[in-house]
Amino acid sequence: MIFNGKAIKYGDNVDTDVIIPARYLNTIDKKELASHCMEDIDKNFVNKVQAGDIMIAGYNFGCGSSREHAPIAIKESGISLVIARSFARIFYRNSINIGLAILECDEAVDGISEGDIVEADLDNGILYNRTTGKQFTTQPFPAFIQQIITNGGLVSSIQKGDIK
Amino acid sequence: MSMTMTQKILAAHAGLEKVEAGQLILVNLDRVLGNDITSPVAIKEFEKIGATSVYDKDKVTMVMDHFAPNKDIKAATQCKMCRDFCDKHEVTHFYDVGQMGIEHALLPEKGLVVPGDVVIGADSHTCTYGALGAFSTGVGSTDMACGMATGKAWFKVPSAIKFVLKGKLNQYVSGKDVILHIIGKIGVDGALYKSMEFTGEGVQSLTIFDRLTISNMAIEAGAKNGIFEVDEQTIAYVKERSDRDFPIYKADEDAVYDETYEIDLSEIKSTVAFPHLPENTKTFDEIGDIKIDQVVIGSCTNGQYKDLAEAAEIFKGKKVAKRVRAIIIPATQDVYMKAMENGLLKIFIEAGCIVSTPTCGPCLGGYMGILAAGERAVATTNRNFVGRMGHVDSEVYLASPTVAAASAIAGKIADPAEVMK
Repeated sequence: MIFNGKAIKYGDNVDTDVIIPARYLNTIDKKELASHCMEDIDKNFVNKVQAGDIMIAGYNFGCGSSREHAPIAIKESGISLVIARSFARIFYRNSINIGLAILECDEAVDGISEGDIVEADLDNGILYNRTTGKQFTTQPFPAFIQQIITNGGLVSSIQKGDIK
Repeated sequence: MSMTMTQKILAAHAGLEKVEAGQLILVNLDRVLGNDITSPVAIKEFEKIGATSVYDKDKVTMVMDHFAPNKDIKAATQCKMCRDFCDKHEVTHFYDVGQMGIEHALLPEKGLVVPGDVVIGADSHTCTYGALGAFSTGVGSTDMACGMATGKAWFKVPSAIKFVLKGKLNQYVSGKDVILHIIGKIGVDGALYKSMEFTGEGVQSLTIFDRLTISNMAIEAGAKNGIFEVDEQTIAYVKERSDRDFPIYKADEDAVYDETYEIDLSEIKSTVAFPHLPENTKTFDEIGDIKIDQVVIGSCTNGQYKDLAEAAEIFKGKKVAKRVRAIIIPATQDVYMKAMENGLLKIFIEAGCIVSTPTCGPCLGGYMGILAAGERAVATTNRNFVGRMGHVDSEVYLASPTVAAASAIAGKIADPAEVMK
């Protein structure tokens, strides 16, 4: 499983209220949710994000509300992977459950700047910053987690019989 | 190996004699909860799984509280989706307008949670029921869907931080000040992935409602759950509301904790969390003149009768300051009724407050009190993130009901002890 994209970087404690403000939670339409993703901290996010881009953040990413709409909005916006120093626990669980790849890696957060081109090889747990030439190691993604992400979430994985 | 209180409850629900921190376990659920925002996503996933019935129609619970009474057509459509699902699956505990209240005030009040239960809810403040000695935690909609279908959920057994409480709270200080003080001390990720366990002789001096407020905001420190030792008060509160028998779990004396904090309740002062994180706490010796535009007293954190009564004591015979809007939201129909019977509503209305039907409404910037750019609110709610109650350039200051009421009267963030002088 390999992801390629440019880095879009945020700070610590990015909460689910700024990822998708509650005023938009009167819908479960993924496209509509994605159209408001990050708008309360970065109005330009929806314009600059391209399919495959990689989100980088600090500590406690996804804190606050349990809304699954938050990882759904990030994934639907085109983000392929979120790398942070740490994640809030409900967000972590929700991301895997809906098939959004996320991982914790301090060195990568330190060594990747906004706009850098990043390649993530999750089979081998290696992250490359193609802009600076630096490389970082992380835990490889276990096969069953990769399967959940490929299938688009836990429920789809169960449906396909990949998880029994 | 000794166990914490949380670990004992999880072990019992996993059919295991012992569990230890870090272990992955599958547990049986005593209740699966959702609201009008998270349930629609869960219902779609539930149908995708192909489940034909819910695992137990008495244990699946849905409460229409976030955008109900329906704030717009989209919200109405989401509530209808929940209503149709609960009708189809004959869900016993479906709470709609007329019976509903804010979910985390409603479930304890209806006796739907007893000590030793394991509860998951697709709402982050599900951790509230730790006040009753239950393991309860917030999850997302996919976990809710799988929980509704199977009655099970997997967990990584958490390690814990122990809070030993002693002493008694001073006048005008309540559970809200205790939890804001703790979050200020350990930070918004200070208990990430962990249990917060509250014990010590000081627990007995806290009412059940103070404890509900404290457990409610455990998530604001990143915790998986926040749990209180069961005492006579817990037993009396639960027995009044439920016929179910329940075991009482206690942490082993030699249970291992990552950290232990001693908190002297008599030293806790009225505390306010400044924008935009609950950890940005200050006491009145550090708070200058901060003018405000709105006060909200309510939410799953502080919408109980006790909270309203404490606010009413401050409002009695006084007036809300000019250009301040004070919004009071009883958390449940029962709280509303009791507030009416005991004359609280009259005190609020005479002071110039408005009183709303139960709803989460403004807490999450839904409706019923949204802020414009540049406006400030003092709220008894639980989060003060950017844009939480409205415009991204508005500000929310988190405080207790007495501080919120005093602030409404003073027109600025105010110490209730000063206003009552």
